[in-house]
Amino acid sequence: MSLADQSVSPSARPLVKLSNIRKSFGSVEVLKGVDMAVQEGQVVAMIGRSGSGKSTLLRSINGLERIDDGVIEVDGECVDPSQIDLRALRLKVGMVFQQFNLFPHLTAGENVMLALKVVKKQDKAACRAAAEAALSKVGLGHKFDAYPSQLSGGQQQRVAIARSLAMAPKVLLCDEITSALDPELVNEVLSVVRQLAEEGMTLLLVTHEMRFAREVCDSLVFMHGGRIIEQGPPAELFDRPQTPELAQFVGMVEAR
Amino acid sequence: MAYRFDFSSLADYTPVLVQGVATTVGLTLIGGVLGVGIGIAGAAARSSGNAPLRFAVGSYVELIRNTPFLVQLFFIFFGLPSMGVRLPEWQAAVLAMVINLGAYATEIIRAGIDATPKGQIEAGASLGMTGPQIFRYIILGPAMGKIWPALTSQIIIVMLGSSVCSQIAVDELSFAANFIQSRNFRPFEVYFLATALYLALAVALRWVLARLGDRMFRGGARV
Amino acid sequence: MYNFTLWDILSNLLLAARWTVLLSVIAFVCGGIAGILVLLARVAPLRPLRTAMKLYIELFQGTPLLMQLFIVFFALPLTGIETSPWTAAAVALTLFTSAYLAEIWRGCVEAVPRGQWEASASLALSYGEQMRYVVLPQALRIAVPPTVGFSVQVVKGTAVTSIIGFVEVTKAGTMITNATFQPFLVYGLVGLIYFVLCYPLSLSAKALERKLNVAR
Repeated sequence: MSLADQSVSPSARPLVKLSNIRKSFGSVEVLKGVDMAVQEGQVVAMIGRSGSGKSTLLRSINGLERIDDGVIEVDGECVDPSQIDLRALRLKVGMVFQQFNLFPHLTAGENVMLALKVVKKQDKAACRAAAEAALSKVGLGHKFDAYPSQLSGGQQQRVAIARSLAMAPKVLLCDEITSALDPELVNEVLSVVRQLAEEGMTLLLVTHEMRFAREVCDSLVFMHGGRIIEQGPPAELFDRPQTPELAQFVGMVEAR
Repeated sequence: MAYRFDFSSLADYTPVLVQGVATTVGLTLIGGVLGVGIGIAGAAARSSGNAPLRFAVGSYVELIRNTPFLVQLFFIFFGLPSMGVRLPEWQAAVLAMVINLGAYATEIIRAGIDATPKGQIEAGASLGMTGPQIFRYIILGPAMGKIWPALTSQIIIVMLGSSVCSQIAVDELSFAANFIQSRNFRPFEVYFLATALYLALAVALRWVLARLGDRMFRGGARV
Repeated sequence: MYNFTLWDILSNLLLAARWTVLLSVIAFVCGGIAGILVLLARVAPLRPLRTAMKLYIELFQGTPLLMQLFIVFFALPLTGIETSPWTAAAVALTLFTSAYLAEIWRGCVEAVPRGQWEASASLALSYGEQMRYVVLPQALRIAVPPTVGFSVQVVKGTAVTSIIGFVEVTKAGTMITNATFQPFLVYGLVGLIYFVLCYPLSLSAKALERKLNVAR
């Protein structure tokens, strides 16, 4: 099985390249040497049961989990276990969390502007313009001055997406971003993600929304027991699983 | 710093220090047990239906918590005799510690009681238990388990605070230190040693109370 | 013998109470500033520093204020600082306050959810920036009630400085008692003065906490 997706020219240099990623929590090895490559503009979903290591892998890509071994490369920025300064990496990798993690003491606009001001040192006007643009993009231009506590879960998650987008990352990581939402709020968030995908944003998602994954993603990665055991176009994985683990997982998901 | 520590002259005073430690431990033991007892009674009174009683206990708690222990001690030892209540030094010290800890313990235990889920009380009532029975058998144990760490800290604070009892000539650890430094003129070494002993007592007390809490309220703390 | 009226006693106590207030304010302000430094070191991503501050806090929380006063009183001259009861009291209470406030505030910093650290990290904020813009502002909000509550302990702590001879309201009470032989009245008044100083602080701490709980 080749690492790069078949539909993309194999000579193109991947935007995200993971080599032999290993990670243990205590005596439990949750990532057992994972290799993976994502091309620019690709939308990749990681699927698998809870405990399969998919969230840990995603979190390691912007240094929230320190890896024990291996190399993470994003757009030329390399990170290995010896690396301590993650700033350069994080400037290229945005992240959206399951629990939104908006800063409750700041308004929606201030949430978006904070890193622009502090990290990118942009002047006030530029920060404001960028924040307004980012919030408008997720349909919340009118909520600039609202505090997170005044927003619905779906709106909060869209602000969180805007906050990451404003930093103009090369790739956006989404860690089960709809799992904490009430069912009726899931779609407003997914449609923002869909729009980003259509605009060519490179996306890496951990998700349980299989229908969404099937419709939007270029490629799926199935993880089991800390390894990637199958990957490829969604239709192929769902319709012709090669391993009993994936077959079982697909069966389980479709039974729901 | 040219100062040279010299602890050698302290060796002669070992019996004095031992006596001091023993008195501090004794004061804390009696004060701790009685103070927690007052705290339980006070907390029960504060959650009772009797409004004047609640007010009286509330006033006691606020009065004690908003005045220094040293002033409470002086009031009891120097002030009360003019009202005809003359207590020996160590009794005055114990009384002051009990009254002081009692007020804090009332407040701490009450917080634990307030955290009791309503359903627990309703379940007890539905079984035909009386108010005092519910308090004794259902509310108190889990409440004590929950607030035991806070109560432990408060008992340690009272133990450390008992150092000012040296001011009414109770022969506890600080008194011993004052006595020794007036003889050997090595105040720095003496207070250093006494401080270390207090620290050791605090660590030991915390350890003992943690074990005690585990034994008495096992399960209660993990609600 | 000169006869003391109630007003004589009270006015003398009130004059001395000014020193109680001044010492409390100095200890609280200086202790607060020192406490911030202790706190930052206590939660710094640097283990030796964290351990050192943990010991510092445990030392002050595990020993009597009276012993701290004595040690500072006898230690300061060794460093060449001229020591009066006043300087010893101010220094010891400042150290005492810094340790307690640092510990209170550490609890507040740790109450800020992990997700806030992660979200700000993912936006490429450095540790210092995370602290300054994301964590401390949130910790500060919940820190106000317990901090106000602790100020009561500082005011009461100043009473102990009477033992090293600093003339604040408790020491004044002892001196007046020795002259008037009215300990019941004098110590009663001393207690009342402390109550008047402390009770409003206790009440506002409680009110602030209630307000915070409602807001959440």
